[in-house]
Parts: sequence; C-alpha cells; structure tokens
Amino acid sequence: MDLGFDVVDLEEPAHPEEGDTAPDFTRPLVNDEYWEDVALSELTDDGPVALVFHPMDGAFPATYIWNELRDRDIDAYDVTVVGLSISSPYGHKTLIEERDLEDRDVRFFSDPANGVAAEYGIVNDLDGMTGISEPRPATFVIDEERTVEYAWAADQWPDFPDYDEFEAAVERVSE
Amino acid sequence: MSDPAITLYRLQACPFCERVVRKLHEYDLQYRSRFVEPMHSDRDIVKRQSGVRTVPVIVDENTGVTMAESANIVEYLDATYGEHGVDAAAADATVAGEGS
Repeated sequence: MDLGFDVVDLEEPAHPEEGDTAPDFTRPLVNDEYWEDVALSELTDDGPVALVFHPMDGAFPATYIWNELRDRDIDAYDVTVVGLSISSPYGHKTLIEERDLEDRDVRFFSDPANGVAAEYGIVNDLDGMTGISEPRPATFVIDEERTVEYAWAADQWPDFPDYDEFEAAVERVSE
Repeated sequence: MSDPAITLYRLQACPFCERVVRKLHEYDLQYRSRFVEPMHSDRDIVKRQSGVRTVPVIVDENTGVTMAESANIVEYLDATYGEHGVDAAAADATVAGEGS
C-alpha cells in the first residue's frame, strides 16, 4: 500500500516457513449450517489446505479479504479453503452470509482465545482493545503431509495478502 | 482424531441437549457435537437428518438410529447402552470392528 506515510511495522513474524510442518490444532469449524470440532490434520488427510488467518469478522480487512478470495473462486481449486479468526461461530455464520459464501466450499475456524495464532507465531495484540489479540493477516498453503508449501504473514499493520502469490500456490498444490 | 459413531445435533445452552449430553457421559459414549442455529428456520441440516427442526437430534451409526426429542433419546440410550441394554454388546462389537 502507498499511503504517503509509514504504517505500523510489526515485529518479525516467527511463523512456519516452506518445508516446515504446520502445527496441528483442533477448533470449531463453521460452515453455513453448523459447527463442530475439526483438526487441521483431518482436513489435510483429505488433501491440501489453504489456511487464511484474518482480522475479526466485521472488520473491513475481513470483508475485503473474503470478497477478493470469493471473486477469485479460490474454492474452485482442488484444495480445502478455511479461514480463521477470533470471532465466535455466530460471527462466522454472519460472515458466511454477508460475504455470500453459503454455497461456496469455504469454512471458518473459530479461535476466540487466539491460541492457534500463538502456535503459528503470528499474534497481533490490538492497540486500544485491551485484552484482545488476534492473528495478524497470514496465509498458508499446506499439503497432505501437513508440510507448509507457501507461507506469508503481515509484517505491517494493516496489510493484505498477496493474492496472486497465494492463488498461484493454491493452484500448484491442487494440480 | 477418531470418528465417533454418534453425532449429536445440539444448540448451545439448550437444556434438552444438555440432558442428552449427561446421558452420553454417563455411558461413556464417544460422540461428535454439531452445533446449529438458534433460529429453527436455519436448521436445514437437522431437518434433512431427522425430518424435524428441533434439537437435540442424535444419529447413531452403531444402530442406524436417528432420533429427536430428548425424552425419547434418553430412553433409547438407556435401552441401548444401559445396564440392561439389549444392543450394548452388539454395539460394542461394532465399535471394536474397525471400519464396519
């Protein structure tokens, strides 16, 4: 982004890189009808996974990110597309509705305690919202062995995924 | 994670659902929880499974039973997995026989 002034730099992220094993986790996974506990490893057992960490539902970056990924038909590739934010399952239901994702193959992990972001080294403590931290925007493409094939995490706040790079990585693993 | 044979469709904080959960715990049964919407009209998944939009609904792959209404479910669990459960032994055998 070129805003004509410096945006906030975040600390160097310590997230898993290409070739590392993505940390496994279990959280409620929300679709347009219900939610249930699902492990990342259950998803990767079925094929590659595109994992998108995004700011809380309702914040404009969440809106922009999912509009963009929807418009790119990211779920049309042969990968499992999942989002993750600190929003509750109820918040994710609203996001699915409002972003017009009901008939799409996209689901959302709910992680209000932000433990997954801690595991992934991408915690973003929110200035002015005491007691709330969330993942910094980050995208991972993870293969069937749970090996990271592509990793990106914001090093500024705010920041947005490199959609072209992410989609190219998704396309590579889905071939 | 293992794939439990029993799926419970439930609503957060619904006392009828908690009644069923207590019974599942009593018999030490593994189950998967699927949480649905507070609004009845948004519960198509439950309707497809059971024909109704109320929760709790239980789907038990051990026996092929799908059932609504907590009183019925509790009665079913007692009869199936309780001390005098007719199907308990058979169900155990099914669980032991991986992939059946």
